[in-house]
Amino acid sequence: MTMPALATYALRLGDDALVLSHRLGEWVTNAPQLEEDVALANIGLDLLGQARTLLSYAGDVEAAGRTEDDLAYLRDEREFLNVHLVERPNEDFAVSMARQLLFSTYQLALYERLQDSADPTLAGMAAKAVKEVDYHRDHATQWVLRLGDGTDESHRRMQAGLERLWPYVDEVFGTDDLEQSLVADGIAVDASTLRAGWDGYVDGVLAEATLTRPEGTRTPPGGGRRGIHTEPMGFLLAEMQHLHRAHPGASW
Amino acid sequence: MSDHTTERDWPLWEVFVRSRRGLNHQHVGSLHAPDAAMALRNARDVYTRRSEGVSLWVVPAAAIVASSPDEKDSFFDPAADKAYRHPTFYEIPAEVQHL
Repeated sequence: MTMPALATYALRLGDDALVLSHRLGEWVTNAPQLEEDVALANIGLDLLGQARTLLSYAGDVEAAGRTEDDLAYLRDEREFLNVHLVERPNEDFAVSMARQLLFSTYQLALYERLQDSADPTLAGMAAKAVKEVDYHRDHATQWVLRLGDGTDESHRRMQAGLERLWPYVDEVFGTDDLEQSLVADGIAVDASTLRAGWDGYVDGVLAEATLTRPEGTRTPPGGGRRGIHTEPMGFLLAEMQHLHRAHPGASW
Repeated sequence: MSDHTTERDWPLWEVFVRSRRGLNHQHVGSLHAPDAAMALRNARDVYTRRSEGVSLWVVPAAAIVASSPDEKDSFFDPAADKAYRHPTFYEIPAEVQHL
C-alpha cells in the first residue's frame, strides 16, 4: 500500500508528536515533584493535540477511510514513521530533559518554517503549535541549565543524558526524496536546513550549563522515517495500543 | 524532618493569578519549585492551563507575614459592629462594575 507523499509527511510529523507524548505521559506520578508531573503531562498533551491534527489529516489525504484512532492504535511498528530520538526510553530525568531540549529545539525551528507551508492544514497546525513548542523548549532549557550548572551529581547525569541521546540527533535532520518532492512544492520543510540554527541554540545552552557537546559519538543507521525502529518501540506500542486493541471501539 | 528530606524538598511559593486585564491578582494556591523562574513556569502549568489567567505572580511563602490566629479577636472583632464604616449608605450607579 502506497500512501500519497503528503499523507506520509503528515504521518511522520504526527508520529514524532504522538510517540513523544506517550513518553512524557510515562512521567506522570514519577517526576521529581507533583508540579513537574503536571508540567510534563501538559507538554505531552500539547504534542497529543498536534498528533491528532496530523494523523487525522494523514487519514483524510490518504482517503482510505482511516481515522486518527485507526492510525494511532491499529498500525504495527513497521508502519510508524517517527525518528528514534522520541521513542528512546525515559531513563532518568536528565535523559528525558536532554531529549526535550534536543527535540523541541528541532520541532520549534520546523514549525516556525512550516507556518509558511503552501498546505493550509500544515501551516495552520504549525502556527498554533509554535507557541506551545516555544514553551517546551524553554522548559527543557531551564532544566538543562539547572542540572548542568548544579551539583556534581546533577552535572554528571545531565552530561550522561546528552551522551546517551546525541547519537540520535543526526537522523532528525535527515531528508529524503519524499520530503524533497514536497519541499519543491512549497509544502514541506527541508529538515537538513534546520541544523545550523539548532546547533547555535543548543550550543548556547550547553555552554551556559557548563556542559560539553558530545563529539565523535557513533551514529546508528536510523530508519525511523522508513518504519525501522529501536527495540523499545515495540514495548511502547504494546502499552499505548493494548486497550484499544483489547476493546475495539470502546469509548467513555 | 531529616536533613536529607529538607535538602531534597523545594521551597514553597504562593501563586497569584490575574484572570483578565483590569482585575487584581488573586491568590489561587501554592506550589513547590527550586527557584523563582521555575516557580513561574510551574504556576503556569498548574494554575493557568485552562485559560485562567493573563498574568502570574509567585511569592516565596516564607516572605509572607501573616496575622496570627491568636490575635484574631483583637485584630478583627472590633470591626464587626461599626456599620458606619461600610459604604452602604450610598446609591451605587448601575454602570459601576467590579464592586
